Amino acid sequence: MTTALESRPHAALPVPFLDVDKIIGDRETKIIICCGSGGVGKTTTSAAIAVRGAEAGRKVVVLTIDPARRLAQSLGVGELDNTPRPVTTIDTAAGGSLHAMMLDMKRTFDDVVIAHSTPEKADAILQNQFYVALSSQFSGTQEYMAMEKLGQLHAEAEAHGTWDLIVVDTPPARSALDFLDAPEHLSSLLDGRFLRMLLHPARGPMRLMTTGFSMISAAMTKILGAQIISDVQTFVRAFEALFGGFRQRATATFELLSSRHSTFLVVATPQHDALREAAYFVDRLTEEGMPLSGMVINRVHTSALATSPERALSLAEDLAGTSAVLEVEALRRHANLMRVIETESRMMERFASARPTVAQTQVQSLPTDVTDLTALRLVGALLSDKD
Amino acid sequence: MTPRHTLHIVSGKGGTGKTTIAGALACALATSGRRVLVCEVEGRHGISELFDVPPLTGPTERRLSRTPAGGTVFGLSVDAEDALIEYLDTFYHLSIAGKALDRFGAVDFATSIAPGLRDVLLTGKVYEAVRRRIKNRPNSYDAVVFDAPPTGRIAQFLNVHAAVAGLAKVGPIRNQADSIMRLLRSATTAVHFVTLLEDMPVTETEEAVAALRPTQIRIGTVIENMVTPTPLDRDQLQTAATGSIALKVPGLTIKQNQALADEFAIEAARTLQQEQRHDRLTALGLPLAQVAFDPGGIDEGAILTIADQLTDQMSLEAA
Repeated sequence: MTTALESRPHAALPVPFLDVDKIIGDRETKIIICCGSGGVGKTTTSAAIAVRGAEAGRKVVVLTIDPARRLAQSLGVGELDNTPRPVTTIDTAAGGSLHAMMLDMKRTFDDVVIAHSTPEKADAILQNQFYVALSSQFSGTQEYMAMEKLGQLHAEAEAHGTWDLIVVDTPPARSALDFLDAPEHLSSLLDGRFLRMLLHPARGPMRLMTTGFSMISAAMTKILGAQIISDVQTFVRAFEALFGGFRQRATATFELLSSRHSTFLVVATPQHDALREAAYFVDRLTEEGMPLSGMVINRVHTSALATSPERALSLAEDLAGTSAVLEVEALRRHANLMRVIETESRMMERFASARPTVAQTQVQSLPTDVTDLTALRLVGALLSDKD
Repeated sequence: MTPRHTLHIVSGKGGTGKTTIAGALACALATSGRRVLVCEVEGRHGISELFDVPPLTGPTERRLSRTPAGGTVFGLSVDAEDALIEYLDTFYHLSIAGKALDRFGAVDFATSIAPGLRDVLLTGKVYEAVRRRIKNRPNSYDAVVFDAPPTGRIAQFLNVHAAVAGLAKVGPIRNQADSIMRLLRSATTAVHFVTLLEDMPVTETEEAVAALRPTQIRIGTVIENMVTPTPLDRDQLQTAATGSIALKVPGLTIKQNQALADEFAIEAARTLQQEQRHDRLTALGLPLAQVAFDPGGIDEGAILTIADQLTDQMSLEAA
């Protein structure tokens, strides 16, 4: 039913193995970014890599964007907030450490404003109605602040050696590309033509366009109301001095993400939708020349019993109507499981045949939810296990 | 028969099959002679993928499928910038200004920076599609299904009133937001939640229900997706889950029977957990519907099978 993952006749190609332990063990790897669509286990994967890295001797900080209380729970920290909190329950025998934090976009934005302007200017910005809405509601702000935070963590790592590996769990993006585009998007908006004209309607070569602009400006005032335009003007005037810095830091972080010190892992599950999104990510990262290590495929079903679904169902049919109700149900469930396994491997084969050079590691579907450190260690082991 | 709801908003955590359910619900609503529109936002092209048609682009609605019952399903991908230009044209006859605005980056500015405006524009387009029928406009629909943002953001997204209240105190956008809010709160609108019987999606559903209650927007059905039904009772499942039962399937070796019992123990434990989550959802006091898990994946046939299950359980038409 798709065109994105085209089927080829000889699909069963050997897929290169994504060696997570090698990535963790390489001291030159300083940032690992986990991306993928919602509901594929990104947060769990990030946490499992962070724990495994820390227990292998890296000084790790994991930055999560999801307000996942369960993650905090499983790491044994009460509540995660905007400051990295030490996770004391891990094994530090190898000399590593683990901190975890959850991005608070408003706090991060406020901190940037406070750190980069005079107290009076900062006050004016923080109290502006438009700023309040921008910092707490604007959909691109989260991605943007994730980049800002990542830049801060990296700067701190370089300056003080507090940590040597940053694991980032990317926001559940509206579209798969927001995380990469957000810095450029927001800074170009804040720095854009419309805003500049709004502030300085008749300056330089723009003067000739003033008539056209006043019509547009009138239209915008009509749609949005005069209040919002005046709030925006006040905000932009107060904020103007910060624009340059924002842009500069966003560019620097983007360069860092493109360097050999960073690596991207695309997380998916063996379902059509998740793999379609993953394909999108893989292609985009490849196009942009970003350092992609490979794919993590979570929740892959397996069975220790090779009996085919057809055989299982026929055995179940033979027993139907007898007292062997448990046997019948067990066989029926096995047939279902084998069908799932067939569907999943078909999906994964299609993906691999369209993108044969993308390395993969699979994590099998676990019987229970991942809610504690033991389970995170198990996920880490499965991630690193080649089979 | 008059439909009870003309606007069905479908939300759910990522990975729960929200888009599949939205598509299936549209098919279920498209009974003989009826026209149903399914709208998506945020440009993910999930709907066109689901119906195996080229991506929906631009401001036009396209026919996706004719149902076996004789209804028609149309699709629309709502884009905030298209919606703004259309809005300018409809209300101010400003289609030329719209193009000029685009050139100046003002459309991008307005839809991205003006908080809440994007959501007002997206829901506004859906509002317009629903209103066509009331106003006897051409191309009207008997029902509109809205494949809405995920549960984590749904309350904020639908509460367009609050989103613009802090900023646009007066003006047409505020009026528009007020009209949308009236439609969302009306008796003909319902929000359905799609969930799996897993801990996180159930928790998110509980949170979204709690967040939506103060908005006076009606919650319709909680749809439990990918459920594996079982003929066994709790005692039998508990016994199986211990892994200590000896299965005796004639034709399988002792070793194979053991492997089957081990596998079944995990399956039984999972089913028990699912039943606990079902109990949590029951506690919400909302109508529940169950959609059976399809091990073969989702294709056109599977969508229609799901549509039938929804028809049977959701009382889509007025009694």
